[in-house]
Amino acid sequence: MTTRIVIAALLAAVFLAPFALAEDEDMSSGERLKIATTTSLYDTRLLDVLETMFENEHSVSLDIIAKGTGIAIEYGERGDVDLLMVHDKEREIKFVDEGHGLERRCFAYNYFWLVGPADDPAAVAGKNASMALKAIMEMGMEDPSVSFVSRGDNSGTHAREKLLWKNAGLDYETVRTSGPWYAEAGLGMGETLNMANEKDAYTLCDMSTFKAFQGNLTIVPLIEGSDDLINVYVAMAIDPATHPNVNCQMANEFINFLVSDEAQDVIATYGTETIGQPLFFPARGNCELIGCSETECAAPTTAPCTA
Amino acid sequence: MDEITSGFIKAIELIATLNPEVVEITIRSLGIALASTVLASALTIPLGSLIHFHSFPGKRAAINVIQTLYSLPTVTVGLLVFLMISRAGPLGHFGLLFTPWGIIIGQTILRVPIMTGLTISALSGVGSDIRDTAISLGATGAQAMWTIIREARAAVVAALLLGFGRAISEVGVAMMIGGNIRGYTRVLTTAIALETNMGNLELSMALGIILISISLVVNLVMNRVQGRWWS
Repeated sequence: MTTRIVIAALLAAVFLAPFALAEDEDMSSGERLKIATTTSLYDTRLLDVLETMFENEHSVSLDIIAKGTGIAIEYGERGDVDLLMVHDKEREIKFVDEGHGLERRCFAYNYFWLVGPADDPAAVAGKNASMALKAIMEMGMEDPSVSFVSRGDNSGTHAREKLLWKNAGLDYETVRTSGPWYAEAGLGMGETLNMANEKDAYTLCDMSTFKAFQGNLTIVPLIEGSDDLINVYVAMAIDPATHPNVNCQMANEFINFLVSDEAQDVIATYGTETIGQPLFFPARGNCELIGCSETECAAPTTAPCTA
Repeated sequence: MDEITSGFIKAIELIATLNPEVVEITIRSLGIALASTVLASALTIPLGSLIHFHSFPGKRAAINVIQTLYSLPTVTVGLLVFLMISRAGPLGHFGLLFTPWGIIIGQTILRVPIMTGLTISALSGVGSDIRDTAISLGATGAQAMWTIIREARAAVVAALLLGFGRAISEVGVAMMIGGNIRGYTRVLTTAIALETNMGNLELSMALGIILISISLVVNLVMNRVQGRWWS
């Protein structure tokens, strides 16, 4: 008898699971738009706000998958998502050139900061970012208390760090194998920040994640707002010619929403209420500064969804 | 230490006020883990019985392989299932990636080895005299098998429980296959990972405590059922 009850209960669980899994019925049956995004846009909850606005205007559920730029691009290349929101110009251009993405649209930017111990043992404050990294490396090889924590995870932040090493005239492979002063975390931004904080080390961090974590940290920003540290966020719809299953129409709708005045205004002010200053800057009106051409900057999409 | 204490307080607060997001994530976690438990049982109890009741060349080796796979890392299963159900993979056209169904499939695969292995151990634990008695009383081969499975049910239930525990507490498959989508594939473990990454350590702690409480309740209920079956 009991056996039958248990079996019946388990069977019921399986059949009821689909209903329990979806938030409401619309969510299980309606149109979905899968977005792979870099973590900073998500962890700051900016995307939550934009998601709600967009879902109110369109009958679609946004499925937001927040991972680093590296894996997000991988999802895009496999056709597993409809839209990418990433921050690594070089890989974005390659992605479009290889036929995976329709076109780049710059919609927001902020800055990377070089953060580290307040007493700044490598004296990086006042330097440009590349020279600062070089100084950390030189100091780190002499003094074991000086170290740098790298994301080490192929994210957009990691890509920028590699670019800065290159600009400093150093080969990245040489840098990463040059000693224990260079720690590769292989973690997300928040975890990497915590690690740098525990080790009293330097690290490269986007300003919004740093601000979100500031309360838990003793390390401080040492270089902020330098021109070689501009961090541009870009949206790209996946090309239906290469990946026929993607929801390209809705992806373009979302990009057009991102560059609309409505969304740009939200991006410009987001954060002022909670932490007293904006976490991101809108691309609108800043195209030249952030190195995006007029056609790819804060303008509606032009590439049609032709399979 | 502060975070641990305040995590406890926060957990109690979240449970007591029935925080809608926490309730929703908890129900989803339970639903997914239960569904994959049922699926995995449907696969592993017959499979374990098949291996136990039949002798075939390489049986020892097969059992060794199954036992080795107990320690299958969740991220490896996640990666494997990801490559299978990704649009570019062989099962891509079903569109299962980043859905709860994908997680259920992944968690089922994750648990097949341990539940099959434990089913075999459970059946081995039943003395051969029971089988002999059943047959001497005129039972057919199939009836004798059924008798042994019934005899071993407590240990089989223990296998289910262990499987359930592994499913509800794993993060690799849920993160990789589900993608931690709010309101769709976010479960307790991926929510914990996310909140930790966002620096909300108290909330992470609270969600962890809820997860442990669920396991406790499930264990208590199942132990009760088991106790009844024994008597």
